[in-house]
Amino acid sequence: MSYLQTSENLRPNLYQVERLKSFKENLTQHGLHLARKKCTTLQVNVGLLCNQSCKHCHLEAGPNRQEIMAEKTVADVIKLATRFRFETIDITGGAPEINPHIETLVSKLAPLTQTLILRSNLTAIAAEKQKKLLELLTENRVMIVASLPSLNEVQSETQRGKNSFATSINTLKKLNGLGYGFPDSNLELNLVNNPTGAFLPASQEQTEKRFRQMLAMKWGISFNNLYTFANVPLGRFLFWLEKSGNLEKYILKLASNFNPCTLDGLMCRSLISVSWEGFLFDCDFNQSLQLYMGGKKKHISELHDLPGSGETIAVSEHCYTCTAGSGFT
Amino acid sequence: MDTYYHPTDLPKFAEIREGSPELAEKFFDYYAAVFAEGELTQREKSLIALAVAHTVQCPYCIDAYTQDCLEKGSNVSEMTEAIHVATAIRGGASLVHGVQMRNVAGKISL
Repeated sequence: MSYLQTSENLRPNLYQVERLKSFKENLTQHGLHLARKKCTTLQVNVGLLCNQSCKHCHLEAGPNRQEIMAEKTVADVIKLATRFRFETIDITGGAPEINPHIETLVSKLAPLTQTLILRSNLTAIAAEKQKKLLELLTENRVMIVASLPSLNEVQSETQRGKNSFATSINTLKKLNGLGYGFPDSNLELNLVNNPTGAFLPASQEQTEKRFRQMLAMKWGISFNNLYTFANVPLGRFLFWLEKSGNLEKYILKLASNFNPCTLDGLMCRSLISVSWEGFLFDCDFNQSLQLYMGGKKKHISELHDLPGSGETIAVSEHCYTCTAGSGFT
Repeated sequence: MDTYYHPTDLPKFAEIREGSPELAEKFFDYYAAVFAEGELTQREKSLIALAVAHTVQCPYCIDAYTQDCLEKGSNVSEMTEAIHVATAIRGGASLVHGVQMRNVAGKISL
């Protein structure tokens, strides 16, 4: 990957794009400082093993990845959640559903937080053997945040791979059947919509309206909320951007859409992100660059206190993704 | 100048203000109002713009509205159908003039 500099050499900018201002310099020029607020969310990445190899994945997750969270680290995560009582715990991956310890995580973490989230690609959970996990998620009122990039099969599968669309639609129907995704239900089903290429996401409000209408009309599917997020130029998506000659234009587009108003709600200000090995980061994207929280490689078992308000957040030029347009919260 | 059209010219569109600022302001204000969400959604308006761009065969507009359609949540199948609508009208406009041809031919033929 010729564009991406190593984490030891992050100047002048991560992508070596001449006209790109460094993210830090941009903040300074706007008179802004990105610092932590009260830490309320624990994000747990249970590993890079996934049944899909999505082209926009910033962690290059896939079926051949061996990196999964071990039992000992799972225990450390549960210990941490018991000590600090986070408002929200967000389980992600890879496909968290195929981590062998997922049932332990869900059943132990659910009583420790107000909101437990499971990020799902809608296909890993579709297997018959996942029936028990589905029951566990329902019993524990786990919020499901699911990827659905497009209402069009071809467009959706260019990002997520062959046969993923029909399976996803069937899973959404199944989740509705379990009571997920209805306005007054306490089983929340939210959709995440990422663009299927090197362009910005559509308006969240308008996309949610259209998806609500079309999913109901075509398949009788209901959901609670939809969030649109830009693709982060890291991992597999960065490889594609570089190979297709889109990198410079895309990163400059993200930077030119910098919106200072997004800073207040950025997720990195209020969460800690734990990698499959148990190391701590300010967000899941920083895991891709090994940009450790506080600039130091620290294991979850060594964490005595949560990072406090005002503490610095590790940033680089990929952060332009979360500050473009309406932002990424 | 090795070509009349250059992609780097598109972001310079706003420079057209320099020749006649008042008229440019009126045009750009009108342009923004046209594409705002109304009875038609911004997505629908962008698809219409893409189809018209192909009819007027403007490379700048095709570039800009291809990206805009994708960023408004359209997919390539919808965009292709929109272009077919423009093509049908454009082709139909030629073909319907065949009636005129038939009228003229009918008048001067035995």
